[in-house]
Amino acid sequence: MADARRVISVIVINEASVLSRVTDLFSGRGYNIESLTVAPVPDSKYSRLTIVTSGSVRVSEQIVKQLHKLIPVLKVYEHADLVEKEMALVKFPSSESPSDISALASAYNGGIVNVGEETIIVMIADEPKRVSNFLNLVKRYHPKEIVRSGSVALER
Amino acid sequence: MQMSGAQMVIEALIAEGVDTVFGYPGGAIMNVYDEIYKQDGFEHILTRHEQASVHAAEGYAKASGKVGVAMITSGPGFTNAVTGLADAYMDSIPLVVISGQVPMSLIGTDAFQEIDAVGISRSCTKHNYLVTDASELPRILKEAFYIAASGRPGPIHIDIPKDVTAQIAEFDYSKPVELETYKPTVKGNSRQIRKAVDAIVNAKRPLFYLGGGIINSNASEEVRQFVAMTGIPAVETFMARGTLRYDDELLISMLGMHGSYAANMAMSETDLVIALGARFDDRVTGKLSEFAKNADIIHVDIDPASISKLVNAHYPIVGDVKGVVIAMMELIADKVNKSRYESWLETIANFEKLHPLSYQEEDDVIKPQWVVERIGELLGDQANISTDVGQHQMWAAQFYPFTRARQFISSGGLGTMGFGFPAAMGVKRADRDRVSINITGDGSILMNIQELMTAVENKLPVINVILNNQYLGMVRQWQTLFYDKRHSSTDLSAGQPNFTMLVESFGGVGYEVTTKAEFDAALKDAVEKNVVALINVSVARLENVMPMVPSGGSLFNMMLASKEK
Repeated sequence: MADARRVISVIVINEASVLSRVTDLFSGRGYNIESLTVAPVPDSKYSRLTIVTSGSVRVSEQIVKQLHKLIPVLKVYEHADLVEKEMALVKFPSSESPSDISALASAYNGGIVNVGEETIIVMIADEPKRVSNFLNLVKRYHPKEIVRSGSVALER
Repeated sequence: MQMSGAQMVIEALIAEGVDTVFGYPGGAIMNVYDEIYKQDGFEHILTRHEQASVHAAEGYAKASGKVGVAMITSGPGFTNAVTGLADAYMDSIPLVVISGQVPMSLIGTDAFQEIDAVGISRSCTKHNYLVTDASELPRILKEAFYIAASGRPGPIHIDIPKDVTAQIAEFDYSKPVELETYKPTVKGNSRQIRKAVDAIVNAKRPLFYLGGGIINSNASEEVRQFVAMTGIPAVETFMARGTLRYDDELLISMLGMHGSYAANMAMSETDLVIALGARFDDRVTGKLSEFAKNADIIHVDIDPASISKLVNAHYPIVGDVKGVVIAMMELIADKVNKSRYESWLETIANFEKLHPLSYQEEDDVIKPQWVVERIGELLGDQANISTDVGQHQMWAAQFYPFTRARQFISSGGLGTMGFGFPAAMGVKRADRDRVSINITGDGSILMNIQELMTAVENKLPVINVILNNQYLGMVRQWQTLFYDKRHSSTDLSAGQPNFTMLVESFGGVGYEVTTKAEFDAALKDAVEKNVVALINVSVARLENVMPMVPSGGSLFNMMLASKEK
């Protein structure tokens, strides 16, 4: 069966060990999690996890059902039609042209967020594919460090 | 009311109606054991190994339908109990297992007898808790019992650090359980049920596929009515044995790897599978692509994750089997046409005639299947049958005349050798009026033999019947059939204890049996004396469990008999 990329959101009670409960379902089946973000849902006792994974449809469906079974899980969304964004921070040497980098970053919903004596840091936020494109494009400016945040997603 | 965490454990167990706790004390759980000493609300039974504590609690739970309780200490106490947790998880047995933990201040410091217990039990429990404050204990204990018994039942593990059992906090057990994130679907969707009933009415060759969920749901009476009312034949899984009476005309037999030829052929020929509380285990289905390939499938299960996990269900119904079966009976009552199945039943009868479940008697040696049948003839409904794991287990499932649910207690999913004897102690504790038999092998019995001491000390007269072929028989069978008779590490002929001396050293009674007459005499004597017994029966060494679907093969492609000298 073909492997498909999947974005799953899980609403869980914000308590100790809940993250391991969720990730155990993936690791126990030898499935890799491509990215995982967690943050509290405002004004509630819940947290929202956004998991990006890829695997066979059958196993993914099984994982989603098993997620539902976990006691601290409130809801599981498997996104089909969604808005998905990811943030990245990139550190460049200050010897590179700030204006070129800034112009490029602005095309990816970002800009320069920090200027130091030896480095400048750029933030962008866009769809994961476009984040990858950006990171390819800026290779010529000799990035020193790159951090990607992992995806967050909302159903349309 | 203010009290210590340890006292809360006791109060909660009493409030839950627990009458028996199986356990083993140790450093981290001593505060709780101190409170056990002071109370008389329940009895604590000291097993001689923590694994046996949990298996005994499982046996108790399976025989009684109540939640089983085990108590153990941290570190090795806990790790010894893990096999029991995993066993209960696989077979959906409701348990609450309470372990001690090192004090909060020492957690994570590699303290004496420290292990990350909740980290280990996470993947083999329905849910688990690390209690970090005594004020949380009343809620956690109450939730644990609720979660263990509701929905698809399973084991719950509560890990309590030693300082938390000493901590004083308010105990209020009256608050109802509120779990916003856990609400099992009990009532089946009525539209789906109606569609399923239409499918049943229209099917030409329908077949009930009865699973262990029926027993968990206490639905065997309703299922018996449903089967009788519709006149539709049925096969049982290993876990469902006893749902229908052995002599029910519509019961074909067990299906699966060691199911009967007729049961497996019926599954291959049916046009509608009515799966009730069954999970399409690989030992049942054989090759998935060939399983019931002519059939639509109705799948009733309380666990949505079990539906369409392995075999796609055309009529999925999430709900408690009992309620769904009652609803189906109401809808189907005036639509039944039993004569419709005449030729289908005839086909099945022909399968049964062609290759019945049977074995060849021999003059000079006892056949293991005969022992199982003979226990059935002598004790029948009066016995509860536990087993260990291996050939003897399959012969027990094939040949015992089961007459009721909760009569057959065995490790199905995990296949845990060493399960039978401690489980049979728990069974005896739950059902004192019946004889508790453990059918076992010369391999399995030694895996929890120390429980002879528990059984003798606590007057739990379990009769262990060892079908002794001086082999690890099931592995030997596979080696014979699939590994060109290379019997690697399975021949126990040079490794036999003197079973009679062994049991007698613990204060029980031993019997050496080489003839049928000796077996009858031994079993009668053990039942009469009401003692802990080992009946060591020398049986035909090379008998195979037949028929058999080789691993990964199709159900309709069975090996039927093999002769071996």
